Formats: sequence, structure tokens, C-alpha cells
Amino acid sequence: MKNSNISVQSGTHTLTGCQACAEGALSAGCSFLGYYPIHPSFDIVERYAERFSDVDGVLIQMEDEVSALAAVLGASWTGKRAMTVTTGTGFAQMAEHIGLGIMLETPCVIVDVQRDGPSEGIPCNPGASDIMQARWGSHGDYEIIALSPNSPQDMYDLTIKAFSLSEKYRTPVVIVTDTDICNKKEKINIPDSKDIKVSTRKYYKGKKENYLPFQYDTKDLIPPMVDVMDGYRFHVTGLTHDERGYPVMNDECQELNVHRIVQKIRLFVDDIIDIEEEKTDDAEVVIVSYGTTSNDALNAVKQVRKEGIKAGNLRLKTVWPFPEKKILELAKKIDNFIVPEINYGQIYLEVERCARGEAKTHFLHHDSKKVGTAEDIIKLLKKVTK
Amino acid sequence: MANTNIKKEKLHPMENLLRMDRIPHIWCPGCGIGNAVSAFAEALDKLELNLDQLCVVSGIGCTGRVAGYIKVDSFHTTHGRAIPYATGIKLGNPKMKVVVISGDGDLVSIGGNHFVHAARRNIDLTVICVNNFIYAMTGGQVAPTTPTPAYTTTSPFGNFETPSNVPQLAEASGAVYVARWTALHMRRLTYSIIDAMQKPGFSVVEVISPCAMYYSRINRLGDGLDMMKFYYDNSVIKHGEPTDNLEIDYQKEIIVGKFVDRERPTFSDALQNWLKGKGG
Repeated sequence: MKNSNISVQSGTHTLTGCQACAEGALSAGCSFLGYYPIHPSFDIVERYAERFSDVDGVLIQMEDEVSALAAVLGASWTGKRAMTVTTGTGFAQMAEHIGLGIMLETPCVIVDVQRDGPSEGIPCNPGASDIMQARWGSHGDYEIIALSPNSPQDMYDLTIKAFSLSEKYRTPVVIVTDTDICNKKEKINIPDSKDIKVSTRKYYKGKKENYLPFQYDTKDLIPPMVDVMDGYRFHVTGLTHDERGYPVMNDECQELNVHRIVQKIRLFVDDIIDIEEEKTDDAEVVIVSYGTTSNDALNAVKQVRKEGIKAGNLRLKTVWPFPEKKILELAKKIDNFIVPEINYGQIYLEVERCARGEAKTHFLHHDSKKVGTAEDIIKLLKKVTK
Repeated sequence: MANTNIKKEKLHPMENLLRMDRIPHIWCPGCGIGNAVSAFAEALDKLELNLDQLCVVSGIGCTGRVAGYIKVDSFHTTHGRAIPYATGIKLGNPKMKVVVISGDGDLVSIGGNHFVHAARRNIDLTVICVNNFIYAMTGGQVAPTTPTPAYTTTSPFGNFETPSNVPQLAEASGAVYVARWTALHMRRLTYSIIDAMQKPGFSVVEVISPCAMYYSRINRLGDGLDMMKFYYDNSVIKHGEPTDNLEIDYQKEIIVGKFVDRERPTFSDALQNWLKGKGG
């Protein structure tokens, strides 16, 4: 690993989701956190602040979220694993630099502790209202990777995974979570450092004069990277660019540049997508759930199974890219999908699209006062299987 | 007899510092950005820096394109955000010398808050702000630096807003070194850039530059060279002038010189001292 000190506090700890996130980042070798304070993401920073000097890390409170992500991108080019944390309104400000991160193919992790929105919304309520913002928040065509943990342990694990994916695919990765997960306190297990696997970005090893920051013809479509100060004297730009990183603004270059950035994720969705299936084998109705809602969905499945209702749950650990194939495959076998969300229908739209009419898709507004209960999900399960 | 030992002629005296494969550049004839780049290149030459340890970051706009022509690790980022991007690089690798080169609209308008806070924190960056009083790349719109009552495409009856005074903003925000020259003060500008780059902390060098395409045409000020000469001839060197006297009035005297040169601990020094003090 380059320029990163792994600091892993192996053992069992009682941590909140936020603290688990900070520990996950430290375990993954994160040595740069740039942020702007915003509730409810701040506990992640507090934990990191206690520990950053031990790992020779950098912690900086920037003047806004725009600059927080800009600093993170800059730091990433020095070889550091870098992260920022925020919530809905701050995430909206970061949109511009998600685009720059995508275009400059810069590894970094963005944690979005979702709240109710739009605008300031209800800062302390758990929400899932940024799911589409995570997908399409910045302008232009791009693919994003977004992960959705459902417990503090999962937060720890997925934070490490987020760094791993961002390094491997040379792209920003978003963790979309919420206050329910972030404030929940439970025992989490931090493994030995030797058991923690984090991918390292692919570094260029050829001749200096041949280095191309955005080489087109790599097998995996991911160009090898270098750090600043390595002596390559490279140039990169947010403008549409050629392999050398020089701006070339024509349709041909747009195709070569942007299509590759899109394809480098699309071609590897099977490697990226992580889902958990519970009793979907014989199911007639499947709940598609993610984040904190997936816990309620699992409870609902457990309870209605006792009554003989053949229900299953598909939990999206990876929200983006979306498991299109899996949804269609299930749609052909089942009658109904139920999509409970702490919003007014975002992933629901994707499920309905991917089911292609093979199964009915029902949306359920599982708002914050219902989080932690399964009653509304059970009620709908019973209704659709009647 | 052919002499086989003839040294290959240089395409440009600064070709080791410039991306010659990107020349010709995009700037208009008579623009002052080229002067700023030349002064910067000259400064690098004189400083004898290890260029592998130098990084140039630009925002968006005419001056935003500078990063693309300097042959060092260079980033052309988003509008107004060069300073925070550079902050990430500097803190990520403190051995890097990081220079931000951008325009007045980029640094003072959309990036104004970043300018203020990087100066306050005293991040070890050098900022070269090319001030041409107008948004040129976007088509000659009024800028936060446009003097009253200059005409622009969006102030057809003359600008009535009070312009920003860049050195005053820099000083008030905490910059440790502030200087201003016009695009024709090549030697003095070069030495100011050298001073700024050797000064630990947030240093600002403003370069008053003609926009020959929009500002001069709309205001009927002649071509770029006329304007460059006008600025030079109408400048008065007043080192140490209080920065609140540095407002630029339309086609009047421009005070140039070195206005601020002071010591303050940089962000990184302050952090290290703080951690030591706390037993960290």
C-alpha cells in the first residue's frame, strides 16, 4: 500500500454506525478526511478526529461541501485514500465534484447519511431520499457505485468495500445510509489487519514518456494511475479529453472518453453487485429492500412465512449499479414485488422498469415513524397474496 | 561539410517548462495571460526547482487554461474550485509546491469563499490571479472586478457595482504575501512570483491584464498592446501601500507593488504545533 498506514483496532467493540464507518475507513487505510459539518453525519468525523493523528492522517474542515469533495479529489491524486461525509443538502453541493471525480477517474468515498428532504427537510429523521441523487446527482452520463449498509457491522464492512471498489474501478463510490443505522449501537467485530483485503489502485509501471493518464486500450478499461510527484508531469482536465488528458472537444473524443467511463462499470456489474436473498427460491412475492428498511423487510418475511405466505426478500447491498438481471429473473418466477422505501418511490421505479411487466410492482411508503416495525409491510404482503 | 554537432534548436526558450505539443495556445493576440505564464516560467527557471515537485492547479476560464500548458503535474478543475483542490494536494503531499493560476472571476467570484478561507488557514499555496476585469471566455460579462462604469456585454449602460479589491481581500483574509503588477511589468512580476513561491503560506500575486477581445472592444480601448501599455504607463509603484487604497478606477491610475509581506504559521505548522502541545 502506498502512503497509507493501516490502523486496525482488531477485536469486538460496541460502536454506533457512525463510529463503525470511521473505523472501517481507518481499516481501509483512509488517511484523508475533508468535510463540512452537517447533521447527521458528524459523528463519523468525531471518531476520525480522535484517531487521525495516530495514522498520520489529514483531517480538514473545509468552508463548504463543494470544497470538501474538491480537497478529497486533490488528496486522492497524492496517493491517499480519501473520504468525505455529508447528508442530503451537502450531497447536493458535492454533485459538481462527483462529476469531476468521475471524469478524472479519481478514487474516493462519499458517505451520505440521508435525511428527509427536499432542502433542509427533517435533519434528524432517517431517510432514503437521495437514492436517485446518488445515481444522477451530477450532470452528464456516468455510472456510479453506491452501497447501502443495514447495521453498524455492515457499515464497517461496506466502508472497507467502498474503498476497495473505488480503488479498483478508479471511481468515486457513495455509501448511502441513514440516521437509523448511524445512531444504532451494537457489537461489531473488527478482524485482524491481515484478514482485511482492500484493492489497491492500478499504478503505471511503464516508461515515463509513454504514460497516458486515460489510456483507452486496457483490458479492464481502467487506465493505470500515477501520483503527483512521481515525475510523470501529467495533465488532467474535466473537459472531454484524449488519452493524454488533453482537452479535445469533438464527438469522437466524447465517445472514446465518456463511453469508456460508463463501460468500465457496466461491463463489471457482476463483480460489483452484491445482493442478499432470503427465501426467494420458492417465493411468490419478493420484497426488494435496502438500508435500514431491509431489516423490517426481513422481519416481515419471517412473520408471514409462519402463516404460510411464500414471501422472500432481496436486499440490495449495492444499490447502484442496479441488479437488473436479478430483478427480471425473479419477475419471471413470482407474481408481485413490494418495494418499501423511506421516500415516495425511487428504487421502486427501477424495480418496475426491470420487471418488464412480468410481475406487478407495489410501492410502500415506509416512512420514518414506521422504521423498526414491519406491520405495514406485512399488511401489504397479505393484501397482494390474498 | 555538415556539422553533425549542431544543437537542436529550441522551439521556445521555455520549452522544458511548456507542453509544446499543445501549442498554439487558445489565448487571443494581445492577451496578458501569456505574459503571466512567461513570468511564471521565468520564475521557475530562476528558482531551479525540481519540477517533479511542482503542481499547477487552475479553475475555469481563459486563465483556467494555464494548467494545460505548463509541463508539470497539472490539474484543470472546476469553476472556482482550484484552491480547495490544491489544498487537498498540498495537505496530501506536503512536499509538493502547489501553485494556483486562475482568473479574477474564478478566484474572486465563484471561488471567493475558497480564496478567503484558504488565506485564513494560511494553506501553503501561491495564487496567481490574472485580473482582466471581465468574464472573457463566456463572452464578456460583467465581473466582480469590473471597474465602474465600464461597459460589458451584460452591463450595456455601464457597470454600477463596486468592484472587488483583490489585494485588500487577500490581506483581510490573512494572506502572508500580496503583490500586484501589470502584464508588462515582466521583471518585477517574475521576482514577485519567486518571492511568493518562497514564502511559506498563502501568497497572492495579482496580474492586471488586458482582455483584447471583449473589454477593450466594448469600451473602445484599442487593441491588447495599447491596453497593456496604458496599464503600464498609468501604474504607480507604491510598495507597502495600504491595501484599502488599491481600488482600481476605470482607466485611471493603478497602484502596483508589494503590499503585504508578513509571517504567520501555515495550516500544517499550526496543526503540528497544536498536536505537539496537546501531547498528540
